[in-house]
Amino acid sequence: MADPRIIVVGAGPAGVRAAECLVEAGLRPIVIDEASFSGGQIYRRQPRNFTRSYESLYGFDAAKARALHGAFDGLKDAVDYRPDTLAWNIAGNVLHTVSDGVARAIEFDAAILATGATDRLAPIKGWTLPGSYSLGGSQIALKAQACGIGARVVFMGTGPLLYLVAYQYAKAGVEVAAVLDTSPLSAQAKAMADLVVRPDFLARGLYFRAQLMARRVTVRNGITPIEVIGQSSVEGVRYRTADGREHRIECDAVAMGFHLRSETQLADLAGCPFVFDEATGQWRPEKDGDGRTGRPGIYVAGDGAKVLGADAAETAGRLAALAAMKDLGRSVEEAEMDRLRGKMRRFDRFRRGLATAFPWPAGLVRQVEDDVIVCRCEVITAGQIRETACAKGAPEMNRTKALSRVGMGRCQGRFCGSAAAEILAEVRGRDLSEVGRLRGQAPVKPLSVSTIVEKAE
Amino acid sequence: MQTARFKRVSEQDRNPIRLLIDGQVVKALDGDSLLVAVLTSGPVLRQSEFGDGSRAGFCLMGACQDCWMWTADGQRIRACTTPAREGMSVLTQPPSEALWPIPA
Ligand SMILES: Cc1cc2nc3c(=O)[nH]c(=O)nc-3n(C[C@H](O)[C@H](O)[C@H](O)COP(=O)(O)OP(=O)(O)OC[C@H]3O[C@@H](n4cnc5c(N)ncnc54)[C@H](O)[C@@H]3O)c2cc1C
Repeated sequence: MADPRIIVVGAGPAGVRAAECLVEAGLRPIVIDEASFSGGQIYRRQPRNFTRSYESLYGFDAAKARALHGAFDGLKDAVDYRPDTLAWNIAGNVLHTVSDGVARAIEFDAAILATGATDRLAPIKGWTLPGSYSLGGSQIALKAQACGIGARVVFMGTGPLLYLVAYQYAKAGVEVAAVLDTSPLSAQAKAMADLVVRPDFLARGLYFRAQLMARRVTVRNGITPIEVIGQSSVEGVRYRTADGREHRIECDAVAMGFHLRSETQLADLAGCPFVFDEATGQWRPEKDGDGRTGRPGIYVAGDGAKVLGADAAETAGRLAALAAMKDLGRSVEEAEMDRLRGKMRRFDRFRRGLATAFPWPAGLVRQVEDDVIVCRCEVITAGQIRETACAKGAPEMNRTKALSRVGMGRCQGRFCGSAAAEILAEVRGRDLSEVGRLRGQAPVKPLSVSTIVEKAE
Repeated sequence: MQTARFKRVSEQDRNPIRLLIDGQVVKALDGDSLLVAVLTSGPVLRQSEFGDGSRAGFCLMGACQDCWMWTADGQRIRACTTPAREGMSVLTQPPSEALWPIPA
């Protein structure tokens, strides 16, 4: 019998470890990534002619970054690696890709989706002004291009990455005007019991905070964002502290993020059932402890399945690969699977801690003023979404999308989806889970008009 | 000249390159993305098609599509994931109205 064809989508921590595990078993997986280099988000590589060291790029994670890059580079001849290739649809057991304007349809026996995450955003007045960036974007500017997004930057939002990226900026010599966290410090205290399962990570968080304070950076917790101010460009930020006082701080750039959201479109197009995650208020593909979805042959791993961070992504990638091989009738080591499952449980507990410590600010989003733009792509305001929900009676997200166009733009709801659902739930007086989610649409990202017709494999 | 938005913090010893943005020569460094090449020499990338002003990209990871630029023959390019190259010529607006809107 010929070897089964297994495709891994994503060459971040989850995808790399999945591919490695398949190669160890004597298979030759196809690895697809839209990016030009492997590494994913956390271990994103700099262009070849850059010279910064691993230590300066990845800090505490330098050894892990080196190990992951080394592992994938070592697989060069053992995998069919296709960088610069977007996976844009799954229909049946066929994955559709496009690379350099050429589309391909690839049949598979199993697909492991390790598609990672993007920033989760909340709309704030003025957030479309030039100079406001997603938090992850601000890190990419620094890590992959050795640039700051401005000369004086405010970091606003919540989540562990807020402190990490602010610290990285300060260390690189960019002035950090403030770190403004919507989560109160009391939430972090409440989460301690879960966070201590990863003491090293807990300690890092405290270290970044202490380093920022030592550099006299303003760090505020429990704030309410009011506005990103500016005429044609970011000039400052207005916010309210917990004591009700309003503040204004000058800056020429803002990095914003409220933790992460999974890239789940391919799982959705493949027909995987989704579940609502109460802890984060997000939908994600339903999976068992090993990464099997409700769709035979489709596996999910890493932040694209559930946002658990890079170490968990490596573990989940390996586990999903073992599950896929087991389902294809190969013998796998049960003891190893058990060991990996045990690790995943600890990562999950930490995740629960993070969700408690840095909650998505649902209340703030629901109160966003009518004139605030929610959909950046097509400039649709909170007021328009509310009007659609009331006057036109849209009961759930896809109806609201059809009637107001929110989520229909070129980002396909990646940056407005969370907020639009909150606003709709509030107006309709329903639970968030009842207003549903935006369905994935192919292509998962816009294709060039000149894409050449498909070649089948 | 308008002020640059992005500030380089290191890695400035790379080979210089030149590209044309709306016909104007812009200096950049080999290894820059198109977005970085544009934003290290000016404040914005493009105009929003919906009349709410200029945009300068947002996510930098190929997800938001808020950094589209165009080649002279109407090819749409995503500035954050496109490497800047010597002699490249790009436009901040689509060359022909007929090409817009392009369905997602
Ligand atoms: C911008 C950003 C920066 C981050 N920085 C840090 C950090 O410094 N420290 C930290 O602890 N955590 C960080 N994180 C969290 C990070 O998500 C995880 O730590 C880790 O990278 C998750 O690994 P992964 O393999 O699940 O996904 P990722 O590392 O995100 O890898 C997913 C890969 O899949 C590819 N992909 C996705 N969809 C497709 C598609 N349709 N077709 C083709 N390829 C596709 C992507 O190009 C990407 O390379 C960051 C997250 C983001 C979004």
